[in-house]
Amino acid sequence: MSWGGLAPLVILLSSLVPALLIFFLDESRVRLRNGLNLGGAVLKVSVVGVMLWGVYRGWRFQLSWELLPGVSFLLRIDSLSLLFMTLSAVLWLLTTIYAIGYLADRPHNRRFFGFFCLCVAATVGISMAGNLFTLFIFYELLTLSTYPMVVHRGDNASLRAGAVYLAYTLTGSMAVLAGTVWLYALVGPVDFVEQGGILVAAPEQRASLTLILALLIGGFSVKAALVPLHGWLPRAMAAPAPVSALLHAVAVVKAGAFGILRVVYDLYGAELAHQLGVLAVLLAFAAATIVYGSVRALFQTDIKRRLAYSTVSQVSYILLGTALFGSVATVGALVHLVHQGVMKITMFFCAGAVAETLGVHRVDELDGTGPRMPWTMTAFTIAALAMIGLPPFAGFISKWYLGVGALEAGAAWVVGVLLLSSLLNAAYFLPMLYRAWFKAPPAAWPQEATTPGSWEAPPSLVLPPALTAFFSLAFGVLAGTAISPLQWAQFIAALEYAP
Amino acid sequence: MSGLSFALAGAVLFALALHAVFARHHLLRKIIACNVAASGVFMILVGMSSGGSDGRADAVPQALVLTGIVISVSLTAFLLSLLRRLASGGGAARLPEDER
Amino acid sequence: MSPALLLPGLILPLVAAPVSFLLGRRALPWLPWLVALMVAGCLCGLAAPLLSEGELFLHLGNWEPPLGLRWRFDGLVWGMIAATTLVCLAVAVYADGYVPNRGRRGRWLGFWPVLFFLWGALNSLFLAGDIFNIYVTLELVSLAAVALVTLDGRPQALAAGMRYLLLALVGSLCYLLGIALLYASFGVLDAALLAERLQPGMTASLAMALLGVGLFLKTALFPVHGWLPAAHGEAPAPASALLSSLVVMGSLYVLLRLWLELFGAVLTPGLRQFVAVLGAAAVLWGSWLAMCQRRLKLVVAYSTVAQLGYPLLMVPLLETSGAAAAWSGGFYLLLSHALAKASMFLVAGVLLHAQGHDRIFQSRGFAGRYPMSVFAFGLAALTLLALPPSGGFIGKWLLLEASFGSGQWWWGLVLLLGGLLAAGYVFRVLVPIFGDAGHRHLEAVPLRMELAALSLAVGSVVLGLVAGAPVRALQAVVLP
Repeated sequence: MSWGGLAPLVILLSSLVPALLIFFLDESRVRLRNGLNLGGAVLKVSVVGVMLWGVYRGWRFQLSWELLPGVSFLLRIDSLSLLFMTLSAVLWLLTTIYAIGYLADRPHNRRFFGFFCLCVAATVGISMAGNLFTLFIFYELLTLSTYPMVVHRGDNASLRAGAVYLAYTLTGSMAVLAGTVWLYALVGPVDFVEQGGILVAAPEQRASLTLILALLIGGFSVKAALVPLHGWLPRAMAAPAPVSALLHAVAVVKAGAFGILRVVYDLYGAELAHQLGVLAVLLAFAAATIVYGSVRALFQTDIKRRLAYSTVSQVSYILLGTALFGSVATVGALVHLVHQGVMKITMFFCAGAVAETLGVHRVDELDGTGPRMPWTMTAFTIAALAMIGLPPFAGFISKWYLGVGALEAGAAWVVGVLLLSSLLNAAYFLPMLYRAWFKAPPAAWPQEATTPGSWEAPPSLVLPPALTAFFSLAFGVLAGTAISPLQWAQFIAALEYAP
Repeated sequence: MSGLSFALAGAVLFALALHAVFARHHLLRKIIACNVAASGVFMILVGMSSGGSDGRADAVPQALVLTGIVISVSLTAFLLSLLRRLASGGGAARLPEDER
Repeated sequence: MSPALLLPGLILPLVAAPVSFLLGRRALPWLPWLVALMVAGCLCGLAAPLLSEGELFLHLGNWEPPLGLRWRFDGLVWGMIAATTLVCLAVAVYADGYVPNRGRRGRWLGFWPVLFFLWGALNSLFLAGDIFNIYVTLELVSLAAVALVTLDGRPQALAAGMRYLLLALVGSLCYLLGIALLYASFGVLDAALLAERLQPGMTASLAMALLGVGLFLKTALFPVHGWLPAAHGEAPAPASALLSSLVVMGSLYVLLRLWLELFGAVLTPGLRQFVAVLGAAAVLWGSWLAMCQRRLKLVVAYSTVAQLGYPLLMVPLLETSGAAAAWSGGFYLLLSHALAKASMFLVAGVLLHAQGHDRIFQSRGFAGRYPMSVFAFGLAALTLLALPPSGGFIGKWLLLEASFGSGQWWWGLVLLLGGLLAAGYVFRVLVPIFGDAGHRHLEAVPLRMELAALSLAVGSVVLGLVAGAPVRALQAVVLP
């Protein structure tokens, strides 16, 4: 094993080791636990930074271990994995800070943070998985490690949500497993490479390959919350705010979307995937999901549920971009993976902070929260405007590339879907902003916490959303510079469509 | 031909005893039925191997039967001691599902 | 020295049984360790010759077959004995801390001789290369198993043991009848010779059916699984662990080996499908019943009924291109299940020990007080759910590969569905355990009990991490 093989291992262990240690620490060892958490997160972010630099210069990092005759466990860092890994590493660090503040003085923190680390280990594992077998292993680990966080509160609502979550995701995993095994049985082990291309659609294998692709995409769509497989997501809102933030922005839904990206681009290759016709179906479902999610969000009165339906809608942008053939749409899909994560995590951070500080849970309780919590609500506002897709925010970049990609692929109707969705986004976000900033606050907040500090909320609840809101702005404004996600997405797309 | 008739009789015995194991409720009857069934199997073993073309019996089945008898005796002893403890503890020499 | 001379070392536990009977408490805790180390030493010494030769034989008393008995030792037997040793040692360590329900420690001392007896009987069962020798060792195993069920002397346990023994006896008589038919027609008892001489026909089919019925009864395979949950549920926890992991594994091993090696030609494709249908029914029905139970030990016992169905799914797949994968997958599943299931029963024993009962919905707070045990339960459950990384996942992956690769995808569906159902009953147990304890009082449990459970669970996970070499060794066994 060379030094290059060590890097994936370090990235994986930087959250796996804290997870195991935390499980065996006593509940009362708060400082040590937080130290382990933050130490792991910081280490991961710094290693990922080095990787970014290395991969951009054309290095590859790889680690493989033969698990079964002909089936190996393969970790590999390439440009696409770094896109997702950077997102998870950075947002994990921020969410850890947020969660430490949010969950202070609550029971069962050992369990929470242990599974939290495990969940991140699973997420970076998914990003580094070099073949379908490895991807499945981490995909399952993700399912198992997020379940305890969904049911963390332990009340009946969260237990029911957890049961629904498991039923959906495990069934989805079974579809992925079936597709994976079938593919291995059909063509032997296949690693992910740019442009796929290892699979050759011999006429007699065409039907099987189509069915396998459908199984894989169908299985991953469960976590990506594609309608009609989205039922678990709004229910999972019973979980604490940091969990929802991570679940929605990074870990679960993105793992599904990322799985689809991998399968389409690096296993089948965009061209073959399009020839087989599965992507046309995915396009239809993604478009339907975008509209359906937005419409449902319009009618939710609970803030977190409104955000949840908004996630359902927004994640499908990624699937939409994947389902359109052409490098521009691919750039849109890839860049939205990052943008949606940053924007949505901001909103959940803010929703959690408002609920924690003022006891505000419903949209009609938002009146006057802006002046009361200016930092938080400013961050929320930036994220909401970015979601709607106003220039110069990050969301605009995604939508622009998706729209141009749709025209390039000859699917002009998709532009209509995007416009409709933006209108709907505006329709459900703007009233929230209006209430927050322009309505008078109520005489008394539903349940105001006594904050000892002079700030609107503990700093660990305010700084992370402020930072992610800044990202949502900066990723749009600075999209043309070399360090933006857009540039990285173009770098990947160029590799995927290289002649 | 006597070998075959032994074997057939053994088969009939085995079938009857097997029926009794499931149909009878009293545990002592079940245990006896087991023993009868074992005897049936032994008869088949001996019967099917006796009377070869040269009229001499094969020794191997007899060795098997001897071993079988030893096992059957020890199992019966175990069953009886279980039965005794069951009866002295609960008062009934029946299994719960056979209680009326 | 011929390496085969190490083989008698494997049945050393039979010698330890009377020793531990005579020494009583003085044999603890060193005797189980000593025996396990010696058996492990023999296994290590045998590993290298096994890899080079593939198969070892020992002719007992230097008598050659067909008259003499011989032992057969190959990669599969190695795995079975290794798993047996691991489980027996862990259970012996565990049982040292365990106090059975009535707290009568004196009677509990009877446990160790029976444990050693079972251990030795199982090892000789795996070694036996002769169908009559298999009959004798099967009887020894059943005898020890029933003794374990009835060990604590409660009326329910006595009744369960009685039912078990009667059915096991009927099973062995069926098996013996099958032997009689085979011997009368083909004149040999040695399995390898019999496999050469056996001609498909009326007698062979009847013998196969009789052997099958007998071993189905002993293994508690669907549809004759009814006795198992009561027997395994009523036995003391360490005994349940042995029964549910090793005893059923032993008879299932015999069933699969005999059927596949002797009757390969008699098993028509239709019959093979039928056997797998029984396996699938066991998986689905057993899992469903496990989901309906209210006591932890019964959940685990019904899950045994379900898990024993999986290896049967290999039977139709052995005639296809996926034979090697199916064969190794089925047995890998069986081995991993042994470790995982033993661990789960040991955890159930910790629960019983801590709160005096094992009713699932009155077990809140167990996880907070005994995180190590619950961790062990979770790790072991990975194998049942066939989730990575676990030995169960590897076994299932291989079976799935065989089923999809051979076009018999419907068995793949059964495997996947079984995993989902297992998730149902496992999470049904885990959810209340993680609840808040409130002011419940939980008794202290000796640490070695928790450690024993954890080490077996870790073992089942390690099987999933280092599967390459063992799977190759299994595939190197001469395929029927």
